[in-house]
Amino acid sequence: MKVLVCISHVPDTTSKINFTDGDTKFDTNGVQFVINPYDEFALTRAMWFKEKQGASVTVVNVGNATTEPTLRKALAIGADDAIRVNTEATDGFFVAKQLAEVVKNGGYDLVLAGKESIDYNGGMVPAMLASILDFNFSNACVGLEIEGTTATISREIDGGKEILSASLPLVIGGQKGLVEEKDLRIPNMRGIMMARKKPLNVVEPVDFDGTTSSASFEKPAPKGACKMVDADNVDELISLLHNEAKVI
Amino acid sequence: MSVLVYAESSEGKFKKVALEATSYGKKVAEQLGTNLVVLTINADETSELNTYGAEKILSVKNDALKSLDAKVIANVIKQASEKEDASVVIIDSSANGLTVAPMVAVSLNAGFASNVVAAPSSTSPFVVKRKAFSNKAFNNTEINTTVKVVGLAKNSFGLHENASSGSTEDFSPSIIESGMTSTSIDKTVGTVTIADADIVVSAGRGLKGPENWGMIEELAEVLGAATACSKPVSDMDWRPHSEHVGQTGKPVSSNLYIAIGISGAIQHLAGINSSKVKVVINTDPEAPFFKAADYGIVGDAFEVVPKLIEKLKSFKANNA
Repeated sequence: MKVLVCISHVPDTTSKINFTDGDTKFDTNGVQFVINPYDEFALTRAMWFKEKQGASVTVVNVGNATTEPTLRKALAIGADDAIRVNTEATDGFFVAKQLAEVVKNGGYDLVLAGKESIDYNGGMVPAMLASILDFNFSNACVGLEIEGTTATISREIDGGKEILSASLPLVIGGQKGLVEEKDLRIPNMRGIMMARKKPLNVVEPVDFDGTTSSASFEKPAPKGACKMVDADNVDELISLLHNEAKVI
Repeated sequence: MSVLVYAESSEGKFKKVALEATSYGKKVAEQLGTNLVVLTINADETSELNTYGAEKILSVKNDALKSLDAKVIANVIKQASEKEDASVVIIDSSANGLTVAPMVAVSLNAGFASNVVAAPSSTSPFVVKRKAFSNKAFNNTEINTTVKVVGLAKNSFGLHENASSGSTEDFSPSIIESGMTSTSIDKTVGTVTIADADIVVSAGRGLKGPENWGMIEELAEVLGAATACSKPVSDMDWRPHSEHVGQTGKPVSSNLYIAIGISGAIQHLAGINSSKVKVVINTDPEAPFFKAADYGIVGDAFEVVPKLIEKLKSFKANNA
């Protein structure tokens, strides 16, 4: 089984979010980039397919050379090789188009991605990729087993869970549950040393006109101070929620 | 030309997000000077859509569409969009909507903006504001294609009544074959889900142990709220994983979020800060959550929550 794991290179959750050039560009100054947290679940699940079922695991990112440390980290966690599509990722549709080419050229049976990235939170790439490739697809996946060419998928639905069965090839938008938080791998020294020698192939993008463009960014209006209520006076809280906030 | 909304229903009834998407669709149709068409699948009663501005309703009734394969539903939406010559297609942010919308965009070769929080600031060029960086910022996105797909964030535009006397038309699209088989569905019934709740009551490690959740459940019941918890609590198995809210857990965008004994780690805030009003109850006045909250009480949950329950009960009795 050939598994492809899509890795987004995103600002760490604790990063300060600022913009430059008249609020049109994200300010990467001083920002620490990490593997998208949702993709980490997908990557660890892929490692289990490798270790228990002999799958090969390739990681891919669509981005410029600055994303390579993030791909190296995925290699250090245990992926066999990496692909970087050498272009600026402009929007979800563009990224999905590039990934579809990688999947077609590599003949992958299973594509694992996080259900969304924590930078743009678009949640669009996995479903778009499945749609372009005409593969089966499950979003919000919280459990995945594969036997032969049949997948058993557990996914979250509004108010519950659904179990599905589907044949490969398959695209998954994953989240916690695919593996648990405690199972997530972090690179060890040996992994980091080995990652240096693993192949990281740079491929050129295919042409695709952008369907959207970013006009500008803005930050939410600064929040007013928290109104403190005395612990002995919960009546006041109820009154504020009823009369002022009008939420009860 | 038209604006098309896909109004999702569950057990034949419309969800609030479907009516919100309809309200939003009406606004966009007005901006574009065109009509609002609403597509429904297996809904019992469609007149509610007229209340929120639907000028034409396409009603699909087909048992084959009862189990949701996003690919199949997306194809139905595509057919409706082509039939109505839609220039904008609007889809809500329910779990199903989030899966279907990107597929619709691909099949219509349309630019797609998700998590949109407001009506277009301009229709030519077509610019919408959407959430970015886990609610720490917004991005104004221009959609450049002829057909545009908009994913509307939950609880962002609100419900706006706008009565119109629309017609309902039976629509029989061709149904493509699904590659997925649903083998079981396990849905909790009778409790409010985090996704649908207007109020969420959430508790953290400050509760000291799973045996103390009785008062949290009681508070939620009094408020008609869903219960939720912080990540450490679900990691320790005090509460089910389905209740974990925050980054990597469930997102919350309720009207009211009450956090009890939760310090407010940045990962937690990333998942809940699109809730409108936040109340924090914590013993530690330095807890970071107070900086993100609208109302706060410094105090012991074991004293404050029972008092709050008692006072809310009499408040509810007087305001029933």
